[in-house]
Amino acid sequence: MSASPVYLDAATAAPTHPVARQALLAALDDGWADPGKLYTQARRARQLLDAAREATALTLGVRADEVSFTPSGTTAAHGAVLGGLAGRRRVGSTLVHSAIEHSAVLHAAERHVGAGGTATEVPVDRLGRLDLTAWSTAVRAPGVALAALITASHEVGTVQPVAEAAAACADAGVPLYVDAAQSVGRVPLPAGWSVLTASAHKWGGPPGVGVLAVRKGTRWESPWPADERESGRTPGVVNLPAVVAAAASLRAAAADAAAEATRLAALVDRVRERVAAEVPDVEVVGDPVLRLPHLVTFSCLYVDGEALLHALDRRGFAVSSGSSCTSSTLRPSHVLEAMGVLSHGNVRVSLHRETTEADVERFLTELPGIVAGLRAEAGVVGL
Amino acid sequence: MPDEVIDCRGQRCPLPVIAAARRMPEVPVGTVVRVLADDPAAAVDIPAWCRMRGQEFLGSVDGPDGPAYDVRRTH
Repeated sequence: MSASPVYLDAATAAPTHPVARQALLAALDDGWADPGKLYTQARRARQLLDAAREATALTLGVRADEVSFTPSGTTAAHGAVLGGLAGRRRVGSTLVHSAIEHSAVLHAAERHVGAGGTATEVPVDRLGRLDLTAWSTAVRAPGVALAALITASHEVGTVQPVAEAAAACADAGVPLYVDAAQSVGRVPLPAGWSVLTASAHKWGGPPGVGVLAVRKGTRWESPWPADERESGRTPGVVNLPAVVAAAASLRAAAADAAAEATRLAALVDRVRERVAAEVPDVEVVGDPVLRLPHLVTFSCLYVDGEALLHALDRRGFAVSSGSSCTSSTLRPSHVLEAMGVLSHGNVRVSLHRETTEADVERFLTELPGIVAGLRAEAGVVGL
Repeated sequence: MPDEVIDCRGQRCPLPVIAAARRMPEVPVGTVVRVLADDPAAAVDIPAWCRMRGQEFLGSVDGPDGPAYDVRRTH
């Protein structure tokens, strides 16, 4: 008997919001033309793009001309880092970033270092929270062009002290880039940033739409070959139907965000308590209070992470893992490593608008037996 | 210097941690066990295991045999 599927990996991609589906279908009929041209069909496409930009800007609390749509969240993050560094190259060539940034940010940092720049990594504590003293020292150093901080950890959910980090940046005259992929459409955004990125499939929009917001007055310079579209911030024609769907679903997600955050945070509390109580030798990681409402991560001692994902999948549960055996590089998650917490047997559960209490209950009922079965197979019971 | 060495080279996590956990009750309290492990996850997981089990993590060394982790049995 196969179990009914329970999708618990919204932090990777949330199921498509029904509003996104409707908007996508409508825009496929209405928004196929190049919005940059001067004929009727193009004007209609331009209206759709303008409306999508205005709606997105309203949700983010910025001006419409500060928002550009990119081909993915990753492209947005690459552009944010490399463009922020390019715009301030006369000031210096140092990027300051936390140790728990998304790999897209870290890969952009590697590119920068490979081209002769420098990067300063700021540590986090055991709960995955930024070391503000080290951050303040790092951004005050001479030659810092840009600082990058994720709003909340995509792997463990710990919310970062962005307001305090932004104040330290402001004192030092350094622009702050925030990767808000897990926050946009779910929780209120922090203040004080100069550049922000997000990714539509995290809030129920279609895959393949990123958002790059650059506040007025920020010295940001496109790192890509010249292109006049999207205020010159990202080259190529946008996937307009997907952009329209992304904007419509963002508005819908933001409208429900407060109620959903309350509902999901209670379910995450239940996961945190029950997993700690009912699965022996488990470490539930991340800040228990200052955290995202929809995401929880834990590690099961002596359990192989890949075996655990497969066992959960066989029971119909889709989750993610930061264990090394589940990554293509066979390295443990840099986030778990930076926190100094157990990396094997790791599971990230992330909830979304379709997650029910019954889904979470079934997961919690089945998990202890699945973990016990794997430990028995491996002969590690009682260690 | 360690009192004994467990060679877990070539093993993927959690196997090096399991090997250390199996050996620890068999050695006298105070014994320093060195775990040789080239899986990068061991650098995170051996100290984390010591914290969870109340054993003492003495540190890591990178010697001719590759990365090694020293653990003292405290109880």
